[in-house]
Amino acid sequence: MENIFDLVYWIPLLPFLGFLIVGLGRKSISKNVAGIIASGCIFISFCLSVFVFLQVSKQGFVAQHISYFPFIHFGKISIPFEFQVDQLTSLFLLIITGVGFLIHVYSTSYMKEESQEGFGRYFSYLNLFVFSMLLLVLGGNYLVMFIGWEGVGLCSYLLIGFWFKNNDYNNAARKAFVMNRIGDVGFLLGIFWLLSAFGSVSYHELFNAETGIISKLSNPDATVLTGITMLLFVGATGKSAQIPLYTWLPDAMAGPTPVSALIHAATMVTAGIYMIARSNILYSLSPVTMSVVAIIGLSTAILAALIALKQNDIKKVLAYSTVSQLGYMFLGLGVGAYTAAVFHVMTHAFFKALLFLGAGSVIHAMGGEQDIRKMGGLSKKMRITYLTFFIACLAISGIPPFSGFFSKDEILSAAFAQSPVLYIIGLGGALLTAFYMFRLLALTFAGKFRGNDEQWQHVHESPAAITIPLIILAILSTVGGFIGIPELFAENGHKLAGFLAPVFSVSAAILPAHQLAHQTEIILLGVSVILIVSICIWAWSKYAKGSPVTDKEAGFSKVIKNKFYIDEIYDTVIVRPLKSLSGFLAHVVDKSAIDGLVNGVGKSISYGSRQIRLLQSGQVGTYIFMMVLGMLLLFIIQMFTK
Amino acid sequence: MEIGWYIFLSIALFCIGVIGALTRRNAIIVFMCIELMLNSVNLLLVAFSKMHMASTPALDISVATNAQIFVFFIMIVAAAEVSVGLAIIVMMYRNTHSIDINFLNRLKN
Repeated sequence: MENIFDLVYWIPLLPFLGFLIVGLGRKSISKNVAGIIASGCIFISFCLSVFVFLQVSKQGFVAQHISYFPFIHFGKISIPFEFQVDQLTSLFLLIITGVGFLIHVYSTSYMKEESQEGFGRYFSYLNLFVFSMLLLVLGGNYLVMFIGWEGVGLCSYLLIGFWFKNNDYNNAARKAFVMNRIGDVGFLLGIFWLLSAFGSVSYHELFNAETGIISKLSNPDATVLTGITMLLFVGATGKSAQIPLYTWLPDAMAGPTPVSALIHAATMVTAGIYMIARSNILYSLSPVTMSVVAIIGLSTAILAALIALKQNDIKKVLAYSTVSQLGYMFLGLGVGAYTAAVFHVMTHAFFKALLFLGAGSVIHAMGGEQDIRKMGGLSKKMRITYLTFFIACLAISGIPPFSGFFSKDEILSAAFAQSPVLYIIGLGGALLTAFYMFRLLALTFAGKFRGNDEQWQHVHESPAAITIPLIILAILSTVGGFIGIPELFAENGHKLAGFLAPVFSVSAAILPAHQLAHQTEIILLGVSVILIVSICIWAWSKYAKGSPVTDKEAGFSKVIKNKFYIDEIYDTVIVRPLKSLSGFLAHVVDKSAIDGLVNGVGKSISYGSRQIRLLQSGQVGTYIFMMVLGMLLLFIIQMFTK
Repeated sequence: MEIGWYIFLSIALFCIGVIGALTRRNAIIVFMCIELMLNSVNLLLVAFSKMHMASTPALDISVATNAQIFVFFIMIVAAAEVSVGLAIIVMMYRNTHSIDINFLNRLKN
């Protein structure tokens, strides 16, 4: 396997081929075959990713840079189509293809009731989604990343609006697309600025320790770097659903549930994290942006966690929890703990995929019902779903030794090293997370069933294609954290930090090192674990009996229930003025000014020609007379111009 | 050779042609007047050519007679044109039983 990097282009190409085959043949390929082709492509990609990972994790590996063909070439600028494989890439490859494959397998069962054509369409989009995301992480420069970046935006639109006959779903898809576009503009402008400031968008040129940005900026030009990083971060807020562009993600629940799992766990929303982790050197050089990232991340984490407290739709709770967890990742990036953020991406991919797939299993069993007020007591009939969901809840809440504990703890202790205030707010967010997750768990699985008898009869454990991915993800959620055991518990235990060290080495040299004393760390750990566990127990005991969920809310909880009226504010401040402006432009400016101008030209020509037509009298004598007049005129002109 | 006479003659011919074309209504006469204008110009060309040759004796004969050859070409083309023009007039007469040009105003407006 010496030349595995020659095969690396097959990793994104296979899902693309799958997309073409399943997409073009959706009318003739049977459901089984479509499912096998689509999942098989991802599986082979996964195997290749494993080989790449094995190669990358060898001692003394240097980042591989593979250039395929010149992509854009003009003037002094030459941008090749290139891939770069390093530790960060290979980790993301594993997450995307691994979790993506499980979601594909799950989907073969979940989408069984679709028509043959719809089934093929679904799987082709799913493959295209994975392809775009793989392109995004494999790209060796910002331009290739941007292609993938746009690709995932498009696929999310297609998949959120998969049931396009429902107008609400269409609106949700459109909202996701527009929100993403807003971010994309920022990202694109950031790339342009990068290109004009440094003349290159390739990572291996920009981030080279000897010849890259660092050497060019002996005295770092703060404004340029701050500008670039802020613009890139705008892109990240769009794609990774941060304030102020997060509102699309909860609405994205309109898509089929496995799609939500794919968007939230493996693809799409992690793109922003990946991008910032990839540009870590830029960010490390601009402390202003770093603090903005940390503050935005933290506020998103808190805001989304608060909103999640009062949601009654099982998928909406999970959606807001994703927004909140992404906020944590940005907090980690903002305080310079890149490894911790990537670590949390990984563990989050496991337990969030598990949560969504579990929710899908519940919704499936409930015959499409998503309201947790009408569930309850499902643990009796759905043992596997219940157990796996429970593990995921433990993981996301941050209870040791489940995976979420290690990654969240790492982010929080990095935040503490930066400022205790960040830590306290972050811990508050973690407590909220524990509360709403156990509220969700208790309302769904514990207590008495609150739906009708017919639904209760229908409730059943899901088939193997659904439960097996759940079990695999549950195992990963349980043990996934052990690759990042803090130094505290084991010497050299943090395998991931060692693995990713080459990617972040330059940043590590720039940023001031924060090393917490082991005692402080133990106190922090102890406090957070005790608080979280007690919150979990409280939430469970409060809701396990199926305490009646009232519809009437007052005061602050009403504000929370209505999601802080963010959607309404956006609607009033941005959407309505824009709509009236476009109405003005369409009905007044376009109709009277532009149409008037264009029609006016035509009308005046037609009027003028009607007048000139009268000269043509049909009298040959007149014509000859005109001719003679013309000749005389020429003579006279010639006389005077001499 | 006095060039002035030739110029006067061709101007006179040209003016007769112009006036005839403007005032007469018979298509054939108008046509003849146009030919008259054309040939007055031909006359002028030949006259100038002769004058030119006389004033510069060193001139090569083939160059000096260019204008006269040119006039032959014009006359040949004019002959062809006349045949077409007369044919049109004949067709006009067959269709309308008249060769009055003021009668031919159907292309008006």
